[in-house]
Amino acid sequence: MPEDFQARVIGVIAQTQRIPIETVSIDSTFEELKIDSLDGINLIFALENEFNVDIPDEDARDVKSVRQMAQGVARLLAAKAQGAA
Amino acid sequence: MRRVAVTGIGVISALGPDRESFAAALAAGTSGIRPMQSVEPGTVRFSNAAEALGYRVLDHFEEKDTLFLDRFAQFAAVAAREAIRDAALEWSADLRARTAIVTGTSAGGQTSQDENMRDLYERKQTRFSPFTIPKIMSNAGASRISFEQGISGPVYTISTACASATHAIGQAFWMIRSGAVECAIAGGSDAPFSPGMLKAWEGMRVVSPDTCRPFSKDRKGLILGEGAAMLVMEPLEHAQARGAHIYGEIAGLGMSSDAHHITQPLPEGASRALAAALADARIAPEAIGYINAHGTGTPANDPTESAAIRSVFGAHESKLMVSSTKSMHGHALGAAGAIEAAATLLALSRGVIPPTANYLGPDPACDLDVVPNTSRAVGVEWALSNSFAFGGLNAVLAFRRL
Repeated sequence: MPEDFQARVIGVIAQTQRIPIETVSIDSTFEELKIDSLDGINLIFALENEFNVDIPDEDARDVKSVRQMAQGVARLLAAKAQGAA
Repeated sequence: MRRVAVTGIGVISALGPDRESFAAALAAGTSGIRPMQSVEPGTVRFSNAAEALGYRVLDHFEEKDTLFLDRFAQFAAVAAREAIRDAALEWSADLRARTAIVTGTSAGGQTSQDENMRDLYERKQTRFSPFTIPKIMSNAGASRISFEQGISGPVYTISTACASATHAIGQAFWMIRSGAVECAIAGGSDAPFSPGMLKAWEGMRVVSPDTCRPFSKDRKGLILGEGAAMLVMEPLEHAQARGAHIYGEIAGLGMSSDAHHITQPLPEGASRALAAALADARIAPEAIGYINAHGTGTPANDPTESAAIRSVFGAHESKLMVSSTKSMHGHALGAAGAIEAAATLLALSRGVIPPTANYLGPDPACDLDVVPNTSRAVGVEWALSNSFAFGGLNAVLAFRRL
């Protein structure tokens, strides 16, 4: 994943959770960041708006870390780009 | 303390327009979940719902009434009429003044408010009808029943999300038991099918893309429902003296709060409500034969509820039947507890335990006898009905066959 993309995902997570950006890394787990299931769904909502993608419910449920989340969004963006091409 | 009997039941739901269609569908294990009709397809990601599809407002109300009666208040009044007819009480002026109405609703008139907001922001309408506030207020259903039936005792509405109607019935039960009132009409109603409400549910990601399969493997969430149920209750002695048909006794109410999280349930909170209901009814866990579960069908609720039941019932859990009728009438939110109280009373009085429909197979995290797919003709003396709301608010009613 490109670093600027990772940084954008981390920025959205930090802002949505109202936590300092330096506390979030690509390797952070949701547990470490005290992100519970409702927070997780709220993050998905924020990322859907940031990247203009629709994240399906089934995918949303299993996300437990920043990396998983970034990878999921990257996959959807790639699929969207392919669809547009 | 006085004992409290239920002598009237009225239900409108996805399973039909009245109590008997409801009872027949539950006994047959027929689900009322269908493709959603009330909003344009594509409005939200999910497409199925448990709507009261045959309902036509003008069969029940004058056209002018619809100006100030939201669908949730209409349902409340329709169910109350049926329950009151069923109880066949003689309504003296004194009895009317000593009868309570307690209703539960979660959304209240929000579907009407959704339409108002479209008028304001989308259609740029600058004037609102004077009926707007009376139409959206959450007590509109209770007030309608009050003036329609001339019942003038304590009348109020409780809003505790998905536990609203269970709290409402419990309050009415305690008022009769204590002697504060002589009779009560209690239950709940909700009608959440408008684009704004549905988008809000979509945002929570708890609604199933297919159907509602509580406690089952491969369950994917809840299915939204609508409707109402109302019970008529009176002192047992009074009901017996007048030779009324008695569905059963309401014998206990247990309430608790998880004091934990706005949406994540905690088994200890549910356990404490279950134990409190047993204590209030003064019975041992071993007496219970059937539990009508909260059983939403979400990944989070069902294992938590199963754990709570196991912790309260211990070894007796293996002899308990636990079913979720939400698999048939959907999750009717603030009406759910009343619709399920009606299902529980009908199960006790008719000796038919309703199944958990749409069941595909066991989930090890929900290791209970959930009466899969087919109802059972079994006589049970004691039953519970669970309601566990968002916000961590729990209410459990205990019922006894008479």
